[in-house]
Amino acid sequence: MPSELVELKGHIIDSLSLPRVLDAVLAQGGQFEIEEIIVGKTRDDQSCARIRIQAATAEKLESILGYIEKEGANRLDHENARLEPAPKDGVFPDDFYCTTNLPTSVRVAGEWLPVEPIEMDCGIVVENGRAQTVPMNRVLRGQMIVVEHEGVRVEPQQRRESHGVFEFMISTVSSEKPKALMVTEVARRIVETKKQGRKVLLVGGPAIVHAGAGAAVEGMIRDGWIDVLFAGNALALHDIESALYGTALGVSLEEGRPAPHGHEHHLRAVNTIRRVGSIAEAVRQGVLKRGIMRECVLAGVPFVLAGSIRDDGPLPEVITDVLEAQDAMRRQLPGIGLALMVATTLHSVATGNLLPASVEVVCVDINAAVVTKLADRGTHQAMGVVTDAALFMRELADELKEEKPCPAS
Amino acid sequence: MCQPVFYGIEYEINPWMHREHPADHDLAERQWNELCQMFGSLPGVEIELIEPQKGLPDMVFTANAGLVRGDTFISSRFRYPERRGESPHYEKWFAEHGYRVLRLPEGLEFEGAGDVLSAGGTWFGGYYFRSAPQALSAVSELLGEEILPLRLVDERFYHLDTCFCAVGDTAMYYPAAFDEYALAVLRDRFPDGIEVAPEEAVQFACNSVVIDDRVVMNATSPKLRAALSERGYECHPVGLSEFVKSGGSAKCLTLRLE
Repeated sequence: MPSELVELKGHIIDSLSLPRVLDAVLAQGGQFEIEEIIVGKTRDDQSCARIRIQAATAEKLESILGYIEKEGANRLDHENARLEPAPKDGVFPDDFYCTTNLPTSVRVAGEWLPVEPIEMDCGIVVENGRAQTVPMNRVLRGQMIVVEHEGVRVEPQQRRESHGVFEFMISTVSSEKPKALMVTEVARRIVETKKQGRKVLLVGGPAIVHAGAGAAVEGMIRDGWIDVLFAGNALALHDIESALYGTALGVSLEEGRPAPHGHEHHLRAVNTIRRVGSIAEAVRQGVLKRGIMRECVLAGVPFVLAGSIRDDGPLPEVITDVLEAQDAMRRQLPGIGLALMVATTLHSVATGNLLPASVEVVCVDINAAVVTKLADRGTHQAMGVVTDAALFMRELADELKEEKPCPAS
Repeated sequence: MCQPVFYGIEYEINPWMHREHPADHDLAERQWNELCQMFGSLPGVEIELIEPQKGLPDMVFTANAGLVRGDTFISSRFRYPERRGESPHYEKWFAEHGYRVLRLPEGLEFEGAGDVLSAGGTWFGGYYFRSAPQALSAVSELLGEEILPLRLVDERFYHLDTCFCAVGDTAMYYPAAFDEYALAVLRDRFPDGIEVAPEEAVQFACNSVVIDDRVVMNATSPKLRAALSERGYECHPVGLSEFVKSGGSAKCLTLRLE
């Protein structure tokens, strides 16, 4: 909870100034703690109280402090944030302030500036009266960077309201949870997110396709439940291979058997798209007749495909510079209310690193360690569902089909 | 006191002032002269005058110049820029008359004897509209004396001396001008205090000058007269309608020297 220390000095006891200030703090929804009080020994001696004031939000605190200042309570911790220039491109000053994924403000010239966007493990650059997070690799020499902790205020995440079934799910990650209830709950949250006019992000791994949930995801995109897709070369390529050859990594999705010369399908598929020029062009020319990627193109759902060292091809849209890929992902984040991370460790952690704590994260993986890893790396808001990704997505798609048409976001 | 040579309503810094409702200058001069003569006629009273200054119409309200305690003068730091030009003239006058002139740190708003008054052996400081509570604490430190801050809540009674007046060991005050904490303090300190009625308060009953057993005020009421008389005080009404238009009356027009 944001707090600030104030001092009230003078003849504050007999004049009832102290109770006046304390009552005002409570009346405005704040809390106080008297850290020190020195009562004057004689009638002419002044008394002095140091009081820590707390409020649920930074705005609320500011309003309380503004009010009690007029009643004589002066702020004590009102140091401005310390700024130092970045010594080189891509290098922060020593002691740079390291951001969290929580709403943060910095005090510059006596004024609290909100830090935007909210992203953890970044620095804060102060320029032209604005405070912005900046990843280490994007900082420029000479930019003024917040150092140490003075003049930085972090607003803790509000406790989520009780959501019944999800209450115990956030406590631990376990495979021993009633899956049907969890699917229903995730569906409810997706519907809720869309109703609030916020976007749903799907971060997906290739298992979605080769375990057989491609059609379910296609349906969710078609019905408008997914607004943005983050994935790698693999998900897109498995999807395209299955659209062109009916196989994923050469295994027939219909029969579950390796197709003759199936091992080549993968490379032929990527070659086809590279020849046409792009996934979108393949859709336009009728080369790509079905699949998740086709539905994204048709529905205008933006996708970011981030490359990795083991990629085949890759597909033309795959961004092979990881820093550029991070930036491309960042550009899609405004407005996201829920991130559904399914069967991908790499992209889940990468996305978790970029998301503010206010975005709900649902992580579905057969491996409990993925969910734990996400939470351990700072994405504390992640909720885990340990189960088979394809089964989960199929059930989720079924749940969502029963919903009224997807509310536009 | 300061003659109302340049007095007029040239700006609006309290709810009483309306430029479209100007003061009658001749009448103001007559009212001020009458007040001055009234004081002059009282035994033991000497009147000192400060030179009025063009462009400083509110300089007639000398109570706001600063706070006088013995040979010390703590100069005001006016909240409104319109009045800040008065300070150098007052400081010069007090320095020339042998006072030690003190100033509060910059940014601490303080309006002198308008907001700090002594009653029953205790100093009281009004704050919120013109003086800051932090300034009262600074003044108390300079004087080495207790000042009990009182929170004002009605902007028509923007200075403590518009709603509170020491009468011997007790006081008269307008209760609705204070918040509940300040009122609790006043009622505790002055169990025998006179609580004036709203219609008396708007006639500036509390902006009175008490000299010995005489209470000089703008207007009075039979009830207030009776309350004062019960405590051995006699009312001396002097019409000050033209100054009330600026939000001031007898007390505002004077600064008591020691």
